[in-house]
Amino acid sequence: MLTIADSPFRSRLFLGTGKFGSTALLKEAIDASGTEMVTVALRRVDLRDPEDDIMTVVNQNTLVFLPNTSGARNSDEAIRLAHLARAVSKTNWLKLEVTPDPRTLLPDPAETLIATEKLVKEGFIVLPYINADPILALRLQDVGAAAVMPLGSPIGTNQGILTAFQIAIIIEQASVPVVVDAGIGAPSHAAQAMEMGADAVLVNTAIAVSGNPAVMASAFAQAVRAGRSAYEAGLGQKSLQTRASSPQKGSLSEDLSFLDDK
Amino acid sequence: MTALPQFSHLRHQIHQYTRTDAEQALNASRPGIHELAALLSPAAEHYLGEMAARSRQLTLQRFGRTTQLYAPLYLSNYCTNRCVYCGFSADNTIERRVLSLEEAEQEAEVLHSRGFSHILLVAGEADAIVGVSYLEDIARRLRHRFAAVSIEVQPLEEEQYRRLFTAGITGVAVYQETYDETLYDSLHPSGKKRDFHYRFDTPRRAGAAGMREVGIGALLGLSDWRAEGLSLGHHLLLLRNQFWQTAFTVSFPRLRPAAGAFSPLEEVTEKNISQLIFALRIFDADVGLILSTREEPHFRDGMLGLGPTRYSAGSCTAPGGYSNPDGNGEQFSVGDHRSLSDMASVIRDKGLDPVYKDWDSTFQH
Repeated sequence: MLTIADSPFRSRLFLGTGKFGSTALLKEAIDASGTEMVTVALRRVDLRDPEDDIMTVVNQNTLVFLPNTSGARNSDEAIRLAHLARAVSKTNWLKLEVTPDPRTLLPDPAETLIATEKLVKEGFIVLPYINADPILALRLQDVGAAAVMPLGSPIGTNQGILTAFQIAIIIEQASVPVVVDAGIGAPSHAAQAMEMGADAVLVNTAIAVSGNPAVMASAFAQAVRAGRSAYEAGLGQKSLQTRASSPQKGSLSEDLSFLDDK
Repeated sequence: MTALPQFSHLRHQIHQYTRTDAEQALNASRPGIHELAALLSPAAEHYLGEMAARSRQLTLQRFGRTTQLYAPLYLSNYCTNRCVYCGFSADNTIERRVLSLEEAEQEAEVLHSRGFSHILLVAGEADAIVGVSYLEDIARRLRHRFAAVSIEVQPLEEEQYRRLFTAGITGVAVYQETYDETLYDSLHPSGKKRDFHYRFDTPRRAGAAGMREVGIGALLGLSDWRAEGLSLGHHLLLLRNQFWQTAFTVSFPRLRPAAGAFSPLEEVTEKNISQLIFALRIFDADVGLILSTREEPHFRDGMLGLGPTRYSAGSCTAPGGYSNPDGNGEQFSVGDHRSLSDMASVIRDKGLDPVYKDWDSTFQH
């Protein structure tokens, strides 16, 4: 089972709550997805208002509520938002997003690292959203990030895992969970990320804007399970050559006659 | 401190693999610890030539057509340990000597004039004779003449490694000797070295102190070499997970005749060492693999480019032996007596570039 900051998760599908046509559709999608963690943009909700539409469907008894700092342009802004979230919602969990460029919404690596280090020291459970940069992932891990959330492609693009090569390196090196976040446009993309060994995926746009968010949420849930099972079972290797299924000596071999005891 | 899986379990695991497992491991796109175990198995011997081919390809891709060269500089053969297999054991009556700072510098000068830019300072384990201050003094004297100065001495504390790093030491090598804890205890009956776990934790302390390079190894001929190889893989994984900025190396010292006349407990053939080297290379494309002058010329030459990345050359294993070649008190007798320039031309004949300098003291100022 997946564990982040000592919290177990049976579902490896995390949901974003933006862009849904209605709160009712969001609730249906959450239920159909089986998710146990949802992220909510602090700028979108009024945490002080118990009647806030989004917060009424986020059942904090069954879900880990992961506030995010979407919209923060630098570490100071992100840290202020984090303080607000903790003061009002009593949670230490935080999805750290520092996105100074409103056009691409790509994350700022330097500010993200600064904010992560400070927030971890203040006791936050920080899950930073990052570009698929393996060194940054390691640096964040070193300063205490609870997980890293590399993007598959820029947020909202539905382009899938364009950063597969980099993400594979992050997965290989990371000792904290790797959650592929952003750009996942189809269940097959989610399955691909899971087959690669990602610990979880976070999906929002692809579910929120589909014709039937609940059905799409269920499709993603199945894809995530399928991808995870394939990863755990161990995928066969790709090969450029056909290969007999029983062992045989390959043609590419070195001459080792120099060994005195061959 | 994280521990490794039990040695007996690893030994058992390795012998379960079939040829199919070995072939799958050989063709895996990202070989992990499971593949390493399969490649170390007796079943994988059937594919030794294929393993060599993949190992060569990975080594070429990662390290290019190069082989690094270094020389050991023995500072002292005083030792408080009684390792039953070692020529420096306190029980052996050999002529004991520790170099003065001037003598060490003189030895280094000989190596420098021969063309070496990377030296490995070696000493028996005797804190009172070769302590941290002594090593600091030597590092400060040598750092401007050599690109890299690493040490193979007694295990130290993290803070001591930090001092040495500041003084100019670039790397630390410390071999577990054997990962077979039961055997370890019986081979190291006294001295500070008795503590298996303290020794096992030493590469971690060196990494935590910021050392640029950390070397691990097992002395081949003590226990099951296949399980030693798998333990090395596990150890490497543990270290890599903690210290992603550190370069790691693995050495394959095979027991040679030494004072005290200890016979190897297990036979390890050249074929075995080659399988171990190929398997570790396939498991970890980035790790530096070191083949010393303990081995014979035909084996060292044959292995060039197939996996090892660093060779020693022209080595003398007695303190002061470069300035005064006729002395005694060596740790072990070398198998390859060729000079650095002879070794370099063999490397060139193989189409590889002999690399003397792969670091610079300026990095560490």
